[in-house]
Amino acid sequence: MYKPNDLILRTTTSLIAFILLGFAVYLLFAGHNSPGGGFIGGLVTAAAIVLMYMAYGIETVDKVLPINFETLISIGLITAIVTGLGSFLFDVPFLSHTFDYFEFPIFGEVELATAMLFDIGVYFTVVGVTVTIILNIANDQ
Amino acid sequence: MLIAVLIPLIFAIIVPYLSKFKQKVHTGIFVFFIPFSIFLYFIRFVGSDFEPVRQTYNWIPSLGINFDFYLDGLSLLFVLLISGIGSLVVLYSVYYLHVSERLGHFYLYLLMFMTAMLGVVLSDNVFVLYTFWELTSISSFLLIGYWHYRERSRYGAQKSMLITVFGGLSMLGGLVLLSNITGTTSIQAMIAQVDVILANDYLPLIMAFILLGAFTKSAQFPFHIWLPDAMEAPTPVSAYLHSATMVKAGIFLIARFSPIFSGYEWFFIVVSIVGIVTLCWASYMAVRQTDLKGILAFSTISQLGMIMAMLGFGTGAAVFAAVFHILNHATFKGSLFMIAGIIDHETGTRDIRKLGGLFTFMPMTGILAIFGTFSMAGIPLPFLNGFYSKEAFFASTLELESTGNAIASFLVEAIPYLAVFGSIFTFVYSMYLFFGVFTGPAKLDKLKTKPHEAPIGMLVSPFILVLGVIVIGLFPNLFNGTFLIHAAEAVNSTVELEKLKFWHGFITPLFMSLAVVGIGIVFYLTRQKWSNIYHVLPGKLSFNKVYDYIIKKLDDVSAKITDSYMTGSLKTYMTIILATILVVTTFFMVVTGGFTISTDNLAEVTFIEIAVVLVITIAAIATIFTNSKLGAILITGVVGYGVATLFVIYRAPDLALTQLVIETVSVALFLLCFYHLPKLRKRTEKASTKLGNAVISIGFGALMTIIAISAHSTDWFEPISNYFIETSYKLGGGHNIVNVILVDMRGLDTLFEITVLGIAALAIVSLIKLRHDKEAK
Repeated sequence: MYKPNDLILRTTTSLIAFILLGFAVYLLFAGHNSPGGGFIGGLVTAAAIVLMYMAYGIETVDKVLPINFETLISIGLITAIVTGLGSFLFDVPFLSHTFDYFEFPIFGEVELATAMLFDIGVYFTVVGVTVTIILNIANDQ
Repeated sequence: MLIAVLIPLIFAIIVPYLSKFKQKVHTGIFVFFIPFSIFLYFIRFVGSDFEPVRQTYNWIPSLGINFDFYLDGLSLLFVLLISGIGSLVVLYSVYYLHVSERLGHFYLYLLMFMTAMLGVVLSDNVFVLYTFWELTSISSFLLIGYWHYRERSRYGAQKSMLITVFGGLSMLGGLVLLSNITGTTSIQAMIAQVDVILANDYLPLIMAFILLGAFTKSAQFPFHIWLPDAMEAPTPVSAYLHSATMVKAGIFLIARFSPIFSGYEWFFIVVSIVGIVTLCWASYMAVRQTDLKGILAFSTISQLGMIMAMLGFGTGAAVFAAVFHILNHATFKGSLFMIAGIIDHETGTRDIRKLGGLFTFMPMTGILAIFGTFSMAGIPLPFLNGFYSKEAFFASTLELESTGNAIASFLVEAIPYLAVFGSIFTFVYSMYLFFGVFTGPAKLDKLKTKPHEAPIGMLVSPFILVLGVIVIGLFPNLFNGTFLIHAAEAVNSTVELEKLKFWHGFITPLFMSLAVVGIGIVFYLTRQKWSNIYHVLPGKLSFNKVYDYIIKKLDDVSAKITDSYMTGSLKTYMTIILATILVVTTFFMVVTGGFTISTDNLAEVTFIEIAVVLVITIAAIATIFTNSKLGAILITGVVGYGVATLFVIYRAPDLALTQLVIETVSVALFLLCFYHLPKLRKRTEKASTKLGNAVISIGFGALMTIIAISAHSTDWFEPISNYFIETSYKLGGGHNIVNVILVDMRGLDTLFEITVLGIAALAIVSLIKLRHDKEAK
């Protein structure tokens, strides 16, 4: 069987994928104050993962990333819902958020918001959904 | 009184359990005690010092719907008929129905009917009355279809159901109007406000609605057609429902409401015409029947028409005659049905052409039949009650006075002749019924079994009824003062107690009776010669055909209508949906003056915006006209990226980012499915369809554009966005307002959006993984 020699693709992928993943993490955490957020971060992460699948094939990536993306959907949804339910502990309505500033050794003063937890839930869901859909359709015979 | 009404229904619950012992004890024996005890309960109210009794039991007090029971003379007459004849019918059915039949079902339906009927005649609340009214329709439906494996039974049951429920619903309309006008749900309270009702503009509508209910239930012309088909029911049911009780519910309704409507001249015209026409048509048609029960069915219709006509006359004498005839009719018609049942039971046929000379074999039945048929014919003999009511009927037709209306004056002249005309045929079919069955040569070869006398138990019920015929015939005033006068007073308060006598002297009603008998005998003897007239009238003209035609047409037309728009083609549905939105929205926008276009408050247009929009427009148009699938996918991508560029221009970085990635993903998905997609077909529609589609699409686009412009041109509310801008950092702790709105201020929307995404992903997985592969099979 003819096997394509996609050396350039693989080499560039190993570089680009990490840049993409780093960018995605940036988008996720920067989302509260500048353009970005869980949704777009999730989509970029999914793009990186799909790129890896395209370059290395299913088997290799499954070894490197032993993640069940369908489970990731539920993890994301549960994170988002638990964040919302957490507000009941403080006797406030569902999905009430709060934020405060903390002093950290290296980062200095950092703002931490509960909304970020919710955004992380969004992030995981979007990653899971996108990868699941693309892989399932692509691998369908 | 609530207990008395509901006890049959309550007992009906345990009847199926009792029917398990039917091999040892016939279930009817248990059931018999129910109507009989009700009869005993109510008989104690009879007396000359009777006063109406009222009892109330709350049901839905907030809506004014309560079990208000009102026992006046009219109710008492009906209650005694229902329970009395009910007892006799149950007794008769014990001998009529074999234990191999489904007795549990039979008595359950019968008891259900009994409660319904008692409820109808005792209710003072119009809505409770309606509830019981429909229950009679339903239980009658079940009883007619008792032998459900017969096609004719099902047909008859369906027919009676459709017609009576049609009338019942229209009656409900009338009752709702009445209770709206008067502000009460009690019939007696409505009667007290008769002036309000008579002055109301809706009076003709109300009366039409209520009369429709009464006419359909009481099988009046032209709604009489269900009754002959209802003869498929077991004979005890025919005797009970279709001669003595249910068909008189309409009579009861008219009687109950006549204190309200009798002041309205159309009441006299409509009810009298319908009654008289029913009397003549049904008695004319009865002669034509060959089935014993068919004759009796048409006879019932015609007698009901006669009672209806008398209620329409509304004079004191007519009302009293009507009430008297209700009682008389119940006695002789009940007995005749039972006799027909006996003949059927003992000979195996009800076809009068196969019967004859049965008097020798069944002398007891024959003697009972003499009284029944002769009383029905109204033959002037002093021991037949039918004669008195018929003569009272003739007398009342002569006493009518014109109200000034031209139709009414004509009616007053015509009614006596029509009454005699109808009665002649009544005489003819009554004679035919008796002499055709019991005299002449016996046709034993046509019968399945050798006829013999019925068991004594079967004869008891008709015997008691015939005893009623004779007792009332001999002593016509026996019940009047104590019983019937109260019933008549409930209908018309001007009724005076008259002494009924057999011999009034040579007065007009007597001559009318003699004319009936004389012409009737001639007609009967020459029956063979003129019976060909039935080929001319009704001939092909039959109301059954009209009914069947309506039913069939309803089916056909509905099927056609459904087929015309339920084509199964998504394209058609889309066209209908868009066209509807287009028309309805345009209509309301025009009516409410929604189209406003103002050019204030517009931003400047830059060159780059024009350029991007131009690209998008060209791409959008190109997707419609391209014939290549790949091309269509890519051009759609151009539109998406163009929109993303617009987001950039309009300073929406989050949207632009998301739009870019999503557009990429969806184009990629399209390409992944590329091989599976169907070939783009050349559109082969007709030019007219194409034009229609173009009109709808362009119109829809134009409509949406105008709506968008109008929405922009109107400035009703201050936008909420200022609040978000101010509080985004203060409350949400973020500078990215879009993100703060998404995760904090309107986090719930986002929560469910990601849920939607998750569901979509799972759905795709299940579609792909769980599909039934065609090749695998």
